Amino acid sequence: MTNTARLDWRRCRVVESELVADRVRRITIERPAPLGRAAEPGSHIDVRVSLSAEGSSDVRSYSVVESDAAGHRLTITVLLVAHSRGGSAFMHRLAVGDTIEATRPLQDFPLVPGADRHVLLAGGIGVTALVGMGRALARLGGDYRIVYVGRSRSVMAYADLLASEHGERLATHIDADGTALDVDGLVAGIAAEPGRTELLMCGPVRLMDAVRRAWLHAGLSPTDLRFETFGNSGWFDAESFEVSIPELGITTTVSADQTMLDALTAAGAELMWDCRKGECGLCVMAVSQLSGKLDHRDVFLSDRQKAADDQACTCVTRVVAAGADRGRITLHTR
Amino acid sequence: MDEQDLRERVNAKIFPHPLNAWYAAGWDWEVNRKQILARTIAGRPMAFYRTEAGRPVALADACWHRLAPLSMGTLVGAEEIQCPYHGLRYNASGRCTRLPAQETLNPSASVPSFPIVERYRYVWVWPGDPTLADPSTIPDMHQLDDPEWAGDGLTIEAACNYQLILDNLMDLTHEEFVHGSSLGQDELSQSEFSTRLESDNHVSVTRWMIDVKPPAFWAKNMRDLDPDFDGRVDRWQIIHYYAPSTICIDVGVAPTGTGAPEGDRSKGVNGYVMNTITPDTERTSHYFWAFMRNYRLDSQKITTELRNGVRGVFGEDEAMLKAQQRAIDANPDYAFYSLNIDAGGIWVRRILDRMLQAEGRLGDSSPTVPSDARALTDAARDPNGPVADAGERSAR
Ligand code: FES
Ligand code: FES
Ligand SMILES: [Fe+2]
Repeated sequence: MTNTARLDWRRCRVVESELVADRVRRITIERPAPLGRAAEPGSHIDVRVSLSAEGSSDVRSYSVVESDAAGHRLTITVLLVAHSRGGSAFMHRLAVGDTIEATRPLQDFPLVPGADRHVLLAGGIGVTALVGMGRALARLGGDYRIVYVGRSRSVMAYADLLASEHGERLATHIDADGTALDVDGLVAGIAAEPGRTELLMCGPVRLMDAVRRAWLHAGLSPTDLRFETFGNSGWFDAESFEVSIPELGITTTVSADQTMLDALTAAGAELMWDCRKGECGLCVMAVSQLSGKLDHRDVFLSDRQKAADDQACTCVTRVVAAGADRGRITLHTR
Repeated sequence: MDEQDLRERVNAKIFPHPLNAWYAAGWDWEVNRKQILARTIAGRPMAFYRTEAGRPVALADACWHRLAPLSMGTLVGAEEIQCPYHGLRYNASGRCTRLPAQETLNPSASVPSFPIVERYRYVWVWPGDPTLADPSTIPDMHQLDDPEWAGDGLTIEAACNYQLILDNLMDLTHEEFVHGSSLGQDELSQSEFSTRLESDNHVSVTRWMIDVKPPAFWAKNMRDLDPDFDGRVDRWQIIHYYAPSTICIDVGVAPTGTGAPEGDRSKGVNGYVMNTITPDTERTSHYFWAFMRNYRLDSQKITTELRNGVRGVFGEDEAMLKAQQRAIDANPDYAFYSLNIDAGGIWVRRILDRMLQAEGRLGDSSPTVPSDARALTDAARDPNGPVADAGERSAR
């Protein structure tokens, strides 16, 4: 669970590809070399998808729903998204015998024992991250519940499986049937229970935002709300902008597919950094001038600090233009 | 060829331990809120404590930040532990709840927390894949807290590989030589015994000695039951091994001719020697034992006398095991040979070997036992390896 994993890109063979619900395809791939143990619940693989329209490729993350004991065969489940750039369409075209490039299972969303109670909240295709967790909790014999939310029954690929594995512990809410989830009620119920409940969720951003607001509003500990955000994308699309550090005499352009930290390093600045994913705060620099908007993409700065816009994690934060002019930012070492 | 590989693995002098298993981490009273317990279980240093509500907790004993031992820290709030170095706090799930020097929490900040269950006066912990932990597979040691039984026990920190202790308990012919003054008698080696594989995780060894003079330990126990007793007995030893490392031995004597071998033990005294052995390092083990009896349950005097008596007996085993481990290490080129008396121990070794295979620890690529068992253990512990090539990322 806590480890440094090599991404370990491999060419993997598709050994199963089946439509299991409306626009939901289950795909099993076989890695050329087994991992030596089953992929953990909550882990995902990154897959290189080709975006047909653009002739380019990109990386998508998919939760591992099932794994054999050796971590050799990994099953993912992909929802065909109507207006995507084609990542899910690519996945849906996969047939048995095709090969794709994929990483080994990566763990950013581990299930751990220790809470008095666990609630798994699955929204739509987000259920894929939670199927294995449910199984592990059932085995451990702990106190747990599963809440499965979907727009309509026809897309809820794992409804029957979860019902058979968890019986009474599963609550299903379907928008189309008028049984939509009452988020505030769910969270209030958790807040009223004695002891500590950990909620693990995976689903659409709107659902997760609603839960997060209700969670904090109810005074529950942020530590107990666990979720996976596949790559912390920002509020805005990445675009190019200009950055300068006057005391180093550096001014340079950050292209859309480059981080500010990389651009500054390439321009000759020796800067402090460590995680390079917006967690540790070692790359933070003071902001003295800004034209445009700051798209803070880190989890290090608090909302209060982000609102002040006077510091930024250079490893993930971007600038977007406010008007016709390109965004521009001036930084100082602290 | 396969048989030869199996033979070599099974005769390993330093036996690797399964990780996907429940091990006794300590006595229930050892895990508390007064003193955080630091103990290595199956090669993994852990910190044990209880929440205010009384639930036991097992966390990796190394802070996420700079790996300071959490066991040197303090307990705060209902269930949290604070690192002694820079004050990071973790809850019972091992998730960080406080990073003193910043306004937010790093979502990656956590230490592993291990499945833990309190049962039969012990706290059991699962050092392997937490998602496979099933408490129904904790070995049956119910005599420890069953009202039909009374007794007590202690812990031995044994300076040997855990499997040597299992070997020792699976073959009791050593009593004649190691425990001559208390338990030994010639009939031990001379009597027939039967060894059975009861299921894929349970082995039994049964030995009856009919119409024998009771050795000192058993003569005393018979007199605790019947002060006038002075005769010959039928003596039994029925050893039950439960994977990976628990051995409960049904022992006792009854006046000869009163029907004990046929199933009527009512005229005799029955004890259960409860042993569960937890690997610490490759060459050290936590050996938890207790002696339970089913007669004169309310006599604390007898409980204390029996505990002290067995402590003396097990002290003799401990000295032998330590000396054996030393001799093993001093003679790396010499192998183990097996005798007919080792059947029980070899069944145990085969079961453990199967568990290790299931964990992928003895892959086809390495059919022989590595000379350095640590390499094997470490490889299994972290199959990702501590590599740090370009293009890596930290996944927690
Ligand atoms: S390097 Fe860690 S937050 Fe930027
Ligand atoms: S080592 Fe624990 S807080 Fe720094
Ligand atoms: Fe002994």
